[in-house]
Amino acid sequence: MAVLPLLFALIGLVLYTVLGGADFGAGLWQLLAGRGPAADRIREHAHQANAPVWEANHVWLIFVVTVLWTAYPTVIGSVSATLSVPLGLAALGIVLRGLTYAMQTAIGRPVPLVENAFALACLVSPFMLGAVIGALASGRVPVGTSGGDLVGSWVNPTSVLAGGLAVLTSAFLGAVYLAADARRLRAAELERAFRLRALISGALCGAVAIGGLVVVDHDAHRIFLGLVTGWGVVAVVVSGAAGVVSLALVARRSFGVARLAAATAVAALVAGWAVAQRPFLLPGLTLRMAAADTRTLVCLVVATVAGALIVLPALGYLFRLSLSGRFDPGRAPGAAVAPAPVSRSRRLPAAPVAAACLVAGFVLLTIADAPAAHAAGVLLLSGAAIAGFTAVDPAGLAGRGDAVNESDD
Amino acid sequence: MIPGPEYLDQARQLQALSFTVHIPLVCFGIAFPAMVLWAEWRYLRTGDAVCRVLARRWTKVMVALFAAGVVTGTVLSFEMGLLWPSFTATFGSVFGLAFAIEGFSFFVEAIFLGIYAYGWDRLSPRLHFASGIPVVLSGLTGSFMVIAVNGWLNHPQGFRIENGRVVDVQPLTALFGNSYFWHEFVHMYLAGYLVAGFAVAAPYAFARLRGRWDRYHRTAFAIPFTAAAVTAPLQVLVGDWVARDVAVQQPVKLAAIEGLGTTTAGAPEHLLGYYTDGHVIWGIEIPRLLSLLAFHDPGATVTGLDSVPLSDQPPVNVVRYAFQTMVGGGTLRALLGVVFLVLVRRSRRLPETRWFYRAAVVSAPVAYVALIAGWVTTEVGRQPWVVYGVMRTEDAVTGATTVPFGYGALAAVYALLIAGLIWVLRVLARAPLPALSIPDAPSVRQPGGA
Ligand code: HDD
Ligand code: HEM
Ligand code: HEM
Repeated sequence: MAVLPLLFALIGLVLYTVLGGADFGAGLWQLLAGRGPAADRIREHAHQANAPVWEANHVWLIFVVTVLWTAYPTVIGSVSATLSVPLGLAALGIVLRGLTYAMQTAIGRPVPLVENAFALACLVSPFMLGAVIGALASGRVPVGTSGGDLVGSWVNPTSVLAGGLAVLTSAFLGAVYLAADARRLRAAELERAFRLRALISGALCGAVAIGGLVVVDHDAHRIFLGLVTGWGVVAVVVSGAAGVVSLALVARRSFGVARLAAATAVAALVAGWAVAQRPFLLPGLTLRMAAADTRTLVCLVVATVAGALIVLPALGYLFRLSLSGRFDPGRAPGAAVAPAPVSRSRRLPAAPVAAACLVAGFVLLTIADAPAAHAAGVLLLSGAAIAGFTAVDPAGLAGRGDAVNESDD
Repeated sequence: MIPGPEYLDQARQLQALSFTVHIPLVCFGIAFPAMVLWAEWRYLRTGDAVCRVLARRWTKVMVALFAAGVVTGTVLSFEMGLLWPSFTATFGSVFGLAFAIEGFSFFVEAIFLGIYAYGWDRLSPRLHFASGIPVVLSGLTGSFMVIAVNGWLNHPQGFRIENGRVVDVQPLTALFGNSYFWHEFVHMYLAGYLVAGFAVAAPYAFARLRGRWDRYHRTAFAIPFTAAAVTAPLQVLVGDWVARDVAVQQPVKLAAIEGLGTTTAGAPEHLLGYYTDGHVIWGIEIPRLLSLLAFHDPGATVTGLDSVPLSDQPPVNVVRYAFQTMVGGGTLRALLGVVFLVLVRRSRRLPETRWFYRAAVVSAPVAYVALIAGWVTTEVGRQPWVVYGVMRTEDAVTGATTVPFGYGALAAVYALLIAGLIWVLRVLARAPLPALSIPDAPSVRQPGGA
């Protein structure tokens, strides 16, 4: 039981890296696009593609945080106390990103300052989150809320490696995603541009990951040992192979499958880290010691499974609409036809209903004292609000104008 | 590292700052989707093109505000750990479940908002309308879960403490079986409609004062304003219920709200004034009213602040003024709502006097101030406890020396956020209306009109 929430959190982390990461990556490519009309098209494309999905993708991060603090509260307490700087910077980056995103959408055309701020946020947030993981992996977060080294905990070889990898992975995933999107839109020039970017960033990613093993050997030897023995080796090999496969697929322009392969590479990497870190979450703190009360864990697991049953199909639907191009600009209207007006047959006397609900609700909520009466009172008052709104009939009211605009009618 | 008191204050202010930015955005998350959907539904039923234009334009505003709500909420979820690590480390297993469930409700909201916002013209009208319904529902469940946490902070239960560790945790009882929760939830949910309703109506009321008042503007004013106007009087009734629950469950907070220094039978109510040395001075005293309001009995005994040591009392004047601000603002808005309903009932037209529209413009900031004042009442009135009677705020605060730095940075970023949002809303408002036969599309049916 103690391990299930961690598993969920890791799955959430992988999904956040793959989905949210691609969104960050798109922002990075806006930063690197350069100047000129071709660059403008690249920026435009990078912005358009994510619009419908980025908020849903972002929620994975919140999911991870909330699962961790419910299931392993000490860990979140300790991590927050020691890593306040990178976490704070990541949070600032997230705010900046949301803001500039909303601004870009509202303007509808590129404004350099806003775009650069957006792209900067897309660089800072994944790097800082990666650095946090590096700090955890290299055992630099002591247990307890008095905190560890405020600077050294995240400015160190492993953290820089993890942060850099997070940025590169984001760039790669973003490029693959945008290339796939360009292909759907039959924008050959954009497709070429993003394919090239995907190949370069993917190759860099692989190189850094392999070179990173040396860093890990020196700086986080325990993790290194975990990665080169037992299941750790399997994870590393799977990750490497999946990475190579996904690069080959990008080269062959099978972008959709390439994303899956890239996701596998990321998942294997995270799994490898988890295996290597076992059984400690923080130095001296095992999973079992950190876990919350069993009852909380059971509730959390049940809630997560139930939530997943609702959310995953919905998420699938969103992605299907998005990936199949239903949201593309200029797509043939599904139905801009005005629907046939429905005749207004039933007409409840809304005003008397509202008044009756109000009086009854008042009696039950204010004069009566039992909780059940209060509940009924609240329901009646809600009814009064709805009936009152219907009685006022705001749209009809507006249709009639006021005396000043008598002529409008 | 012993947390210095200056961090405590800064951490509090940082928390308060983040809330004052997040909560109004949340109000839009609660109430705006319902208004947009209502406009769309109206269009589907009557073919009224104005309603369709309105719903589409509002959708853009909703998306921008949602994005801001998402990022400020994310900052809050980080702050829980960053500012109050001991609190999170100790009690995460008790209250965390609500946030985890809330996470799913945000998922639903974000997913369907994406479908709704980008599905205009791309999905069939029915499907499109249906995709908005989960957005409305998740606004409900999202606030439900967060308020469950706040209700638990105010009235902790569902766990025991042994040797400084929390044991025997019953998260469901703690969060949802809580007697402090329901009134807070209902009160906050209504506040969402008040704040968002008045805020959306205000710019159109302003346009009316400037002489722009075609059917588009009238409709855009009438829908949110009516929603707020029917809610405002109900909020007073609910607020009274809230106060009665507080009187029973947090008598010290009630005493702070009323500035009642000593436990009194047949306690009077004081309006305005200043609390010092156990008394309210310069206030307007109404004999026995407090006992009557709080316990429905003019002779009832009301617990005073002296029931706990001075170190366990909240800062009385902050709480009192916050409370009176909320009640004052709430009462005025309720009056405006009633005036509107009476006028409309009489003349079956929108009101005509400029004064009414001036009041409508002012309502937006007043409702916002009442909202924040209400939270100050709740949160400051709970001091010095984070978890009422269990953990003190000063024991929860972080010792990290980065707090001042974070404070400065976050304040700057929030200033930027607010400026940026205002700018975005202006851009959206200035986008030209589509070539619609506004002010009046002749083909439009005018239901109710004879
Ligand atoms: C637009 C907003 C608004 C308006 C008009 C009112 N309130 Fe309120 N009030 C809130 C918005 C709010 C709030 C921000 O939503 C609070 C904070 C915590 C909560 O549950 O609701 C709140 C809290 C709150 C509390 C403290 C609850 C606690 O500590 O748990 C009391 C006693 C009242 N309210 C009472 C009233 C009364 C008697 C009102 C009559 C006019 C009133 N409120 C109008
Ligand atoms: C769940 C955990 C929460 C914690 C640990 C927490 C803690 C705190 C603390 C310590 C303060 C500072 C009080 C002071 O200034 O003396 C504060 C203020 C505030 N809180 Fe909470 N709170 C929580 C939940 C909420 C929720 C759910 C809301 C709802 C919106 C809320 C609204 C506020 C507001 C508006 C203030 C500002 C009060 C002021 O101006 O001083 N809090 N909170
Ligand atoms: C302790 C305090 C709080 C925390 C940690 C918190 C956390 C969050 C987070 C992480 C989000 C973004 C979710 C997303 O990505 O969609 C969010 C948004 C939201 N929060 Fe809060 N929140 C707090 C206070 C409140 C309060 C007091 C309410 C009020 C009723 C509330 C209601 C909502 C709603 C409805 C949203 C959806 C976004 C929107 O519609 O704008 N939150 N919150």
